[in-house]
Amino acid sequence: MSTYKVRAGDGRFISMTADEIRRDLIEGSEDAADRGGIPPLEENEIDRLLDLFLDQAGVVGVQIGNQVVSTQDGGDHRINADAGSCGLALAIGRIQELHLHERAFGQDTIELGHIDYSYKAVRPIVAQEQSYVEHALLTTTSPLMYGAMPNLGLYYAPDGPYANPSDLLPAGKVKEALAAQEEASLHAQRDIVYVGTRLADSGLDAMNLDTSGSAGDADFLASLNAAEELKAKRPDLGIEMGMASEFVLGMHGRLSYKGERLAGMYPHDQVRMAEAAGVDVFGPVVNTNTRRSTPWNVARAVCFVKACVQAANIPIHANVGMGVGGIPVLDTPSLDAVSRASVAMVEIARVDGL
Amino acid sequence: MRTAGDLVARMQFTQKMRISEAKAYVANKLKVSAQDLSDVAVMREVREELGFGVVLGIPGDPKGMEAKARIAEVLDIRINCVERLKRRGRA
Repeated sequence: MSTYKVRAGDGRFISMTADEIRRDLIEGSEDAADRGGIPPLEENEIDRLLDLFLDQAGVVGVQIGNQVVSTQDGGDHRINADAGSCGLALAIGRIQELHLHERAFGQDTIELGHIDYSYKAVRPIVAQEQSYVEHALLTTTSPLMYGAMPNLGLYYAPDGPYANPSDLLPAGKVKEALAAQEEASLHAQRDIVYVGTRLADSGLDAMNLDTSGSAGDADFLASLNAAEELKAKRPDLGIEMGMASEFVLGMHGRLSYKGERLAGMYPHDQVRMAEAAGVDVFGPVVNTNTRRSTPWNVARAVCFVKACVQAANIPIHANVGMGVGGIPVLDTPSLDAVSRASVAMVEIARVDGL
Repeated sequence: MRTAGDLVARMQFTQKMRISEAKAYVANKLKVSAQDLSDVAVMREVREELGFGVVLGIPGDPKGMEAKARIAEVLDIRINCVERLKRRGRA
């Protein structure tokens, strides 16, 4: 029986038969459907995914004319940062790095970001970032974004001023743990709004609230409240909200936004909250399971994102990169996996960008 | 900038347009078809004619702020740094 090379979730090539690939596609889709309470992929969509994986070409693509927008996150890290940020550690200035992205790499938007890519870290040095934004805007043409993470974990001890819920909860101090998260969420909101307002003054096109929800529902709430406040203060500033996971972890469990509890939300509900906050572009994330095949992971990711696209009234730019969107967890992502996941997101999930 | 992705992206970020709507809007403003937007042969000429900037280094070709000022005018959108220049560029 013929076998086909596909990637495992950790990036290794494995061999699977067509029946095994189809089985994984169906199981991945059903896993997403079961968890998210959404419809699984239809049979013709499974068939299309199967075609993509049976095609043994090194790179696959969408039909001419069906290309979508390509945005990025991570700032200027991938050129001048070290491997810890999946970077090349090349000694190139930040502005030159933006030029490379817009002119050589074909990115449709470009992003500046501090090496310590969190709003808490950027706030005290925002004046430096403003200077870079102002210089960059003079010589770049593509929409310029500024990215950083809400990263609520930085607000807890030992890095931040609030007691750490991870220490309080095992000690049975539940009320204190909830209060710490609520206070940290407000503090993060203030930092994001401060940075966003200053960069908007410098002429920035858009902000990227990257990995929203990484520390759970309080983290997601900080992003939502910050987006709402920024949109009220600076309606001229675009906002992209990129998530950290397909699932909002209920570290607090009782936080809500616009009357809806945030804990447990999947992408099709996350996007409704983002829209209510005034976000312009939403980036759903589906994390890769390294113990499963790429067909399984891609089908699962596409199923979640398809439901998100259908629920949305704003553009959806699915996160498709290392460890997300079905891509294997390997810091030099393979083109065969990236191109298949990208085609699947465009043709089946019907995303507005990647 | 090789084709029209930056232009379509601007419609998504400034007007929340979905991909088909954004492509249709830009195509209409540029007087090309939506298919042409992803054609490097067509868009190279269109971008040069309209002064939107191209990826190659052509002396005298609008770049950066010059290109964005042209993009804002033709697409009929506000670009923050262009607005800032208009405010600050007066004596």
